[in-house]
Amino acid sequence: MSQQLRILASLKMKNILTTSNLNIGYKSKKGVTTIAENLNLSLASGKLITLIGANGIGKSTLLRTITGIQKPLSGNVYLNEKNISAYKPLELAQNLSLVLTEKLPPSNLSVFELVALGRQPYTNWVGTLTPEDIVKVNEALALTQITHLAKKRHFEISDGQLQKVLISRALAQDTPLIILDEPTTHLDLLHKVSLFKLLKKLTQETEKCILFSTHDIDLAIQLSDEMIMMTPENIVQDEPCNLISNGNFSNLFKDEHIIFDAEKGKFIVT
Amino acid sequence: MANKKRNTILFVVLSLGLLLMFFASISLGSVTIPLKEVFTSLTGGQATKSTWEYIIINYRLPKAITAVLVGTGLSISGLLMQTLFRNPLAGPDVLGLSSGASLGVAFVILGAGFLPSFLSIIALSSYGIVLASTLGSILVLFLVLWVSQKLRDTMAILIIGLMFGSFTTSIVSVLSYFSTAEQLQKFTFWSMGNLGNLSWTNIVILTVCVGIGLLLSVKSIKSLNALLLGENYAKSMGLNFKQARLIIIFATSILSGAITAFAGPVAFIGIAVPHIAKLTFQTSNHTILFWSTLFYGSIIMLFCDIVSQMPGFDVTLPINAVTSIIGAPVVIWLLVRKRNFQ
Repeated sequence: MSQQLRILASLKMKNILTTSNLNIGYKSKKGVTTIAENLNLSLASGKLITLIGANGIGKSTLLRTITGIQKPLSGNVYLNEKNISAYKPLELAQNLSLVLTEKLPPSNLSVFELVALGRQPYTNWVGTLTPEDIVKVNEALALTQITHLAKKRHFEISDGQLQKVLISRALAQDTPLIILDEPTTHLDLLHKVSLFKLLKKLTQETEKCILFSTHDIDLAIQLSDEMIMMTPENIVQDEPCNLISNGNFSNLFKDEHIIFDAEKGKFIVT
Repeated sequence: MANKKRNTILFVVLSLGLLLMFFASISLGSVTIPLKEVFTSLTGGQATKSTWEYIIINYRLPKAITAVLVGTGLSISGLLMQTLFRNPLAGPDVLGLSSGASLGVAFVILGAGFLPSFLSIIALSSYGIVLASTLGSILVLFLVLWVSQKLRDTMAILIIGLMFGSFTTSIVSVLSYFSTAEQLQKFTFWSMGNLGNLSWTNIVILTVCVGIGLLLSVKSIKSLNALLLGENYAKSMGLNFKQARLIIIFATSILSGAITAFAGPVAFIGIAVPHIAKLTFQTSNHTILFWSTLFYGSIIMLFCDIVSQMPGFDVTLPINAVTSIIGAPVVIWLLVRKRNFQ
């Protein structure tokens, strides 16, 4: 019985994105800069996965590579068992949505209009919203609890609210995988926690896989299903408790003044 | 939806305004023609005086149509550029597109003397001038685009536009030093802007060019809406960015290039009109902005044309002076009034 359940669970936990022997880095005139080698990561549906690592370690390069923006040095990224480089832009947009750190250009967009832009991969050539699209947009607004903001202009709301709007837009895009680049920066503790909880809730309620990079390691340990940890030596993907028991966190920062307290699950400054 | 109702009312008012302005522009001028006679001539009837009919059919009607084409074309081209460059100050004149077109025309008009006679006849034909001016504006737009890729700083793009403006002025003065008084006069008149010089053939050419530009703009509406969130978001929503950008650039170049060729470098319409549309319709949705910019552009251009005619007086002001006198304060007023300048 329990074995059947496990099989069922593993079927449900379908891998959405996998990498095979992926080498990431940059090619420039001076030569090749390798950031990480031989990566075999897998992102499964219904999981909240955080990407952590010190500044400049190459988190952005990893995200850029697995989202198909940047070419890998070698190896492959598979999204729904299809090589990501074989996707057409529109098809990719129906399978992967992003929340970026960049500032939005000035415009008069209302929150509803901004979220509705997430429907672009499905709308006709002028972008007319069908009743079905409007249902999806309203669902996305409701899931992120910002329905009351729908009529506000996007520059009239707070940073925390705007972050929710951008997540809502990604939800409206209706993709099995959402990738966010440092969504918790610029937010205070209260809003960080509420954002983490929101993402957690979304993975549980929608069976989507959500991957995001963050520097809030304490919160990530408590709330994420899996973590991808980048250090100069290697990149490991595991559940937070395993990472703690294996002592991975003590390698995260190369500084004698920062020590990881495995019992409390947080970093301590000495 | 309160917005929908307001938009419908606004569009009705704008359509009526356009009709009114169109007839006003045909009825008003240095020669006073009774309104009844204007209608008779327009509907194909016989006016009391044959000169009145001649003035209306061969002078005022083409001029009004030109004003509509110029107004819509320049305004739409400004709207496209403001979204593409994520810069509220972008427009065909600020970015140096008009300068580029001027340079092309200057080479043709002032430099025609250097060409063998059969080539200079081709170059000086309306096709030659349109081609030169479109090529000139495309050249500048590619330059601006190249810089915007390298620098990613929108301020730099505006400075490039200004630099190109002064570069053009100096090239033109070098060319004019070597050209005849007749050529110089031709170029000076061109550069003051003129809506009334177009033959019906020219109007057909201009209509085709503006038509192509507007069709490409309509095709770009969805891309423009995606670009409201910036290039990277637009790409993540399935936009083929390079292709979309090429279409937008081609549309703006053909619009501002063809218009500048026939009507001269008309200032401020391109930058000011999209803002008036955005301000009154309170939206960034390009489906609505496209139509409202179209209406405002033609209404404002017709109005400027009426002012330049100075009804009741014997003088005509250069159209470029009128648009600048009206446009510059509008832009300043918008900047001062709106803290969040969209």
